[in-house]
Amino acid sequence: MVKTKAEPRSLSGAQMLVEALKQENVKLIFGYPGGAVLPIYDALYQCGIPHILPRHEQGAIHAAEGYARVTGKTGVVIATSGPGATNLVTGLADAMMDSLPLVVITGQVGTQVIGTDAFQEASVLGITMPVTKHNYQVRDVNQLPRVIKEAFHIANTGRPGPVLIDIPKDVTQTAAPFDYSTAMKLPGYQPTLTPNRLQIRKVAAAIRTSERPVILAGAGILHAKANPELLEFVNRTQIPVAHTLLGLGGLPASHPLFLGMAGMHGTVAANTALYEADLVINIGARFDDRVTGNLEHFARGATVVHVDIDPAEIGKNVPTDIPVVGDAKQAMEMLLAENLTVTNADSWRTYLDNLKNEYPLWYINSDEELKPQKLIELVAEVTSGEAVVVTDVGQHQMWAAQFYPFEHPHRFVTSGGLGTMGFGLPAAIGAQLGNRDGTVVALLGDGGFQMTMQELALLVDYKLPVKVVVVNNGSLGMVRQWQELFFGGRYSESLLQTGPDFVKLAEAFGIPGFRVTTFDEAREVLGRELQCEGPVVIDCRVTPGENVFPMVPTGKGLHEMVGVKP
Amino acid sequence: MNRVFAVTVNNHTGVLNRITGLFLRRDFNIQSITVGATETEGISRMTIVLNVDDERVTEQVVKQLYKQIDVLKVQDITDIPTVARELVLIRVNSPLATRSELTTLIDPFRASIIDVSRDSVTIQAVGSPEKVEALIFLLQPYGIKELARTGVTAVQRANEAGEAGRPSRNFVLSI
Repeated sequence: MVKTKAEPRSLSGAQMLVEALKQENVKLIFGYPGGAVLPIYDALYQCGIPHILPRHEQGAIHAAEGYARVTGKTGVVIATSGPGATNLVTGLADAMMDSLPLVVITGQVGTQVIGTDAFQEASVLGITMPVTKHNYQVRDVNQLPRVIKEAFHIANTGRPGPVLIDIPKDVTQTAAPFDYSTAMKLPGYQPTLTPNRLQIRKVAAAIRTSERPVILAGAGILHAKANPELLEFVNRTQIPVAHTLLGLGGLPASHPLFLGMAGMHGTVAANTALYEADLVINIGARFDDRVTGNLEHFARGATVVHVDIDPAEIGKNVPTDIPVVGDAKQAMEMLLAENLTVTNADSWRTYLDNLKNEYPLWYINSDEELKPQKLIELVAEVTSGEAVVVTDVGQHQMWAAQFYPFEHPHRFVTSGGLGTMGFGLPAAIGAQLGNRDGTVVALLGDGGFQMTMQELALLVDYKLPVKVVVVNNGSLGMVRQWQELFFGGRYSESLLQTGPDFVKLAEAFGIPGFRVTTFDEAREVLGRELQCEGPVVIDCRVTPGENVFPMVPTGKGLHEMVGVKP
Repeated sequence: MNRVFAVTVNNHTGVLNRITGLFLRRDFNIQSITVGATETEGISRMTIVLNVDDERVTEQVVKQLYKQIDVLKVQDITDIPTVARELVLIRVNSPLATRSELTTLIDPFRASIIDVSRDSVTIQAVGSPEKVEALIFLLQPYGIKELARTGVTAVQRANEAGEAGRPSRNFVLSI
């Protein structure tokens, strides 16, 4: 008898999706059900993959981002058609800007009614095209396995990013043979991982002759898990390192060559290094305007090396002398193989060291008030600098970047490129789900917290011991700061007059809540509650008028910082 | 100046939208864009004319296009020998008295009249954008009632050996 290959079994589109998620080794799904995804939710019922139900779709996608950020795995999100899908747009844009791998499944109305303004119909393909790395609408169930496979591949290879799959309801209900083993053919998508050796040699030559070199280390280091290589490279060459916001944790903050964060609220040492360098080696950063300041003054006398996995980032903002397209880890490995030794930059290192000592980050201490910067230092002290710190967006975010010493990669979860208020709490939930045993501190401003505070429910639902520390200054602090500095103190709509009682709010969700107004109270409550097992909300009433300094005003160069000294 | 790009793409729904959407959000100004199927099934070719002055912008256009999953190949064919043509249809006022004059006028353009009514004629012309511009300019005094241009479509010129001319400026991404 002739043995024939077994026919692939027939599954509905929804069952195919679940089967494919299993084969992609998906450990967690974030989602919110609705009409168009009911067949998918039926297939998920008792499928074995845990599902996290937020209170708003935005919560689901930010949680997936937090999860992706701390685990490096692809976050999976499901939402229904129309409003469910449009509620994801902010999170998609956020993940796109910060290069986070997500696979997002949205339901769509049936293929027969697409284009008729059917109930809960929105053109999700059109809406999300600018905020996804790629997106699909699957009109034929036979295409579904291929599309899911491609989506995961595209999301977490090359420069990571969000990929969306829009599935009409009838496609999820139609059965077809399921075969997930087919080879992928994506001729238009072939990321370059291995850098060109000739270019690496040019970088090595530039390093050998440089007297004032500096590395600008971005999130690409973390995505590529290239931090051991970076450390080795820095130890060997003794080149100082300035970090971008999202790159923090790439080099331990305690390293003698760590200059701190560069850019708008960066340190004097980091910004001066970038301004006066003769060689800037950018690894995995995209020369965002918050880092470069006015481009006219940026790295003017320097040879610019740019290592990036995305060729389109090279030369986009800053003209590059030595472009290196490739994975940061491979680039660092190849550079290490060039056997570089300590750079001839002794006086440069001394100069920057002196700047570090002369212009440290500062704030004026007070016994009467709770200074937000001191609060961040306290959080660092209480958590021994080992916590996963998740922030929202604004002043507290910058203080966290300045005053929390990040010794390890993947411990700082923050919305960099898009600056999404409301990101913090749901991202902390995702971070805790991805790092069950770690201490996760959600540092939130009172403004951003109020954008997504309904997600507190999840801390109880899923027993997540997230420590919510509200840096409460009764205002949209960064907006207030800008109005103070650039709009003559006209505080147009930036003061939150009637914030809720966060302690009662926490208690309403079944979470212990505390309020602290002095440093001593803060030390006592944080010291006690951050060691406890469950979640907690601590409303910290900090000095309301405090500003983030130093600062590079918009339109100015990195050498034109203000507020560098008290 | 105008730069001409030949872009090979997957022939999927929405690909044109992806490309034009990219140009919108990256602030690249499209002069014209034409799309049609190629000799290979499932693959289309776009000819895109952009007004860009800066070499860096040109480079960004190419790189951003390459980031699209559905884009297979991008060539800047501005500086290489190409055959570039545009089709224009012009309906122009043409009372009987001026009709023979009009015929004489369009003759050097190798344009032809493809539709005639009592008061107007429709002229079809194929040529370089400059030639099309010149024809429109000459016809303006008669009163143009309707005009439709396709935008440029272009291919490389073959050399004497019958092969495609010298290689176009392919942007090698692993620089």
